[in-house]
Amino acid sequence: MPETRVLFRDIDAPGLATIQGYRDRGGYGALKRALHELEPDELLSSLEDSGLRGRGGAGFSMGKKGSFLPRGEMEKYLCCNADESEPGAFKDRELMQKNPHQLIEGCAIASLAVGATYAFVFIRGEYWEIADILDRAVGEAYDAGYLGADILDTGVRVELIVHRGAGAYICGEETALLDALEGKRGNPRLKPPFPAIQGLYGGPTLINNVETLSNVPHIVNNGADWFKGFGSEQSTGTKVVSVSGCVQRPGNYEIELGIPSREIIYGLAGGPPKGRRVKAWFPGGSSAPVLTEADLDLPYTFEDLAKAGSMLGSGSIIVADDTISIPELALRTARFYHHESCGKCTPCREGTNWTTKMLDRVVRGEATPMDLEIIAGVQEKIIGHCLCVLGDSMAMPVGSMVAKFRDEFEATIEAAREAGHGALDHSPLDRPLTTGAQAA
Amino acid sequence: MRPTDELTAAERRELIASMRPEDAEGVPALGELDVPAALREQIETAMARYPQLRSAAIPALWAVQRHYGWCTPQGVREAAAVMGVTPAYLEAVATFYDLIATSPIGRHRILVCHNISCWMNGADELLGAFCDAAGADRDDADQHGASSADGEFFVKGFECLGACDIAPMASIDQRYYGPLEAADAVAAIEALRDGEEPLSDKALALRPAAGGPDPSATERAPDAEGHDA
Ligand SMILES: Cc1cc2nc3c(=O)[nH]c(=O)nc-3n(C[C@H](O)[C@H](O)[C@H](O)COP(=O)(O)O)c2cc1C
Ligand code: SF4
Ligand code: FES
Repeated sequence: MPETRVLFRDIDAPGLATIQGYRDRGGYGALKRALHELEPDELLSSLEDSGLRGRGGAGFSMGKKGSFLPRGEMEKYLCCNADESEPGAFKDRELMQKNPHQLIEGCAIASLAVGATYAFVFIRGEYWEIADILDRAVGEAYDAGYLGADILDTGVRVELIVHRGAGAYICGEETALLDALEGKRGNPRLKPPFPAIQGLYGGPTLINNVETLSNVPHIVNNGADWFKGFGSEQSTGTKVVSVSGCVQRPGNYEIELGIPSREIIYGLAGGPPKGRRVKAWFPGGSSAPVLTEADLDLPYTFEDLAKAGSMLGSGSIIVADDTISIPELALRTARFYHHESCGKCTPCREGTNWTTKMLDRVVRGEATPMDLEIIAGVQEKIIGHCLCVLGDSMAMPVGSMVAKFRDEFEATIEAAREAGHGALDHSPLDRPLTTGAQAA
Repeated sequence: MRPTDELTAAERRELIASMRPEDAEGVPALGELDVPAALREQIETAMARYPQLRSAAIPALWAVQRHYGWCTPQGVREAAAVMGVTPAYLEAVATFYDLIATSPIGRHRILVCHNISCWMNGADELLGAFCDAAGADRDDADQHGASSADGEFFVKGFECLGACDIAPMASIDQRYYGPLEAADAVAAIEALRDGEEPLSDKALALRPAAGGPDPSATERAPDAEGHDA
């Protein structure tokens, strides 16, 4: 099954990243249409009709979220989330690197739709070279009159600012992103109020992912019905899927939502190296509960993955083959969330810390099978008890690994103990504890 | 008894100053500092871009880091003076973020991803190779980052850099390279020592999409309506 390229159309064509190359392919036609032929409400309802769901993690209807912003004269904002720091995700990077104007046009149209005068692209600081590309493209768009105080002489103002982060996964969480953008430490805020009502600088704010916004010009050009022609009823359109880990051809592939996951992992990405099998896979980034070989035929949609107990999330598939130790995979996963926890909530701060320590003991042969109950219990106590879902994002995959690969965890403990590493000559509590905020 | 019940603002400030003087410092007066003109201009340009000037906090810290190599206490004071905030405020922001250095680090910055996909493809060995080649401590590198004794290199095991398609990979002076082998680490360090661009053939910037320019792939995608040419 081939790719279905809409966002990735002509992705490597020379010059696509320049304004001329983009215009040669019809670029900025959608912005003109949105300015001259459509009312903001028509734009929003067409986005809602299209069924476009957020591509950043939560999968919420973009048009609906836009319609939550109050109407009328006031300072409103658009924030494009280009923080892309979840392990396994790298689609926004290629979209911005190779077709920056598609995103800029999407931002401009979305700003018109909600009446935002300022749009920000919050890009992770590590993507420095990509931010340079975006900055250059934004400059071109200003010069051509697609951005600025009076876009295409219509009196409409849209300013676009590329804001570089400085390295913190939590800034991808939408309210932490707002605090970071306001020049503070990137701690999440309590919700409600939701950003649509009270977001950046206290004003109504629409926050969407890079891929979500990159879809907007295509929907304006071709209509909601065209968009619905791709995918399933609840998962419309195409999706750029990042595939990595134990596969022969890792990379971004744009697929029509609903094709079997096996087609993505084997057909497009080539599957694990010869002679190896898929053991576990994350269907939606490292925050998604893992699935196994038995789940490979699931259609790749929001609803089918949710039914299987996992999620599509950011649309990033990480494959672990049969050479990979699941307890070690769990440890790597937990260590990431431990490092990135902003430290504001106790269950997340302490839970990620203890889970990492206990998994470390499992791997080093210092644990007992009873510890697996404790690890599982800690995950339950995190889920639903924090300000944001970073804690859950560790608890869900780690919990799923312990539940689905329990035998392997027990065997790992046993094997390491027999090898003689496991003498518990001291209580783990004798060791110094690290507590307190682990901010970055 | 709460301190706020009993102490005046001035007394509280004195108390703080007795514990950590830098936290009690108010907004430094711009006239009393000799802020380098280029630094001041960069920060002021950033402040002018945003509807609210505090949004320039991270851009200001980036500017300080570019100017001094890391966010020196003096540089942070200068930025605070330009922005009209306290140094403690900016320091609190600086310490939140992984890419802002609040202590001196080596000149060339090498971030080696040690997250899931890179780990499955040999990241631990790659990090070791970079440490050996650069002369940085392996354990420290994996924790908080480690600099070489000559001050030329800073090596750090980093979380997912958003380039798992080129696993195992590294960011060298803010550019991405991969997939890398141990020999590449040695070559990269040599090139950096010689003042050359490292590993130019492995730069992410050159990499085509994984699916290639396959025409059958674009068949089903519709034409965008060409309103403009
Ligand atoms: C810890 C955490 C990290 C997140 N990181 C990102 C990210 O890097 N990029 C992103 O688009 N969304 C991220 N999200 C989701 C955002 O909070 C938000 O739902 C999303 O940006 C909304 O855009 P969408 O509706 O277009 O998906 C993250 C959420 C959490 C809890
Ligand atoms: S859940 Fe974790 S990351 Fe989120 S706010 Fe609480 S402590 Fe911070
Ligand atoms: S895991 Fe290394 S770049 Fe994502």
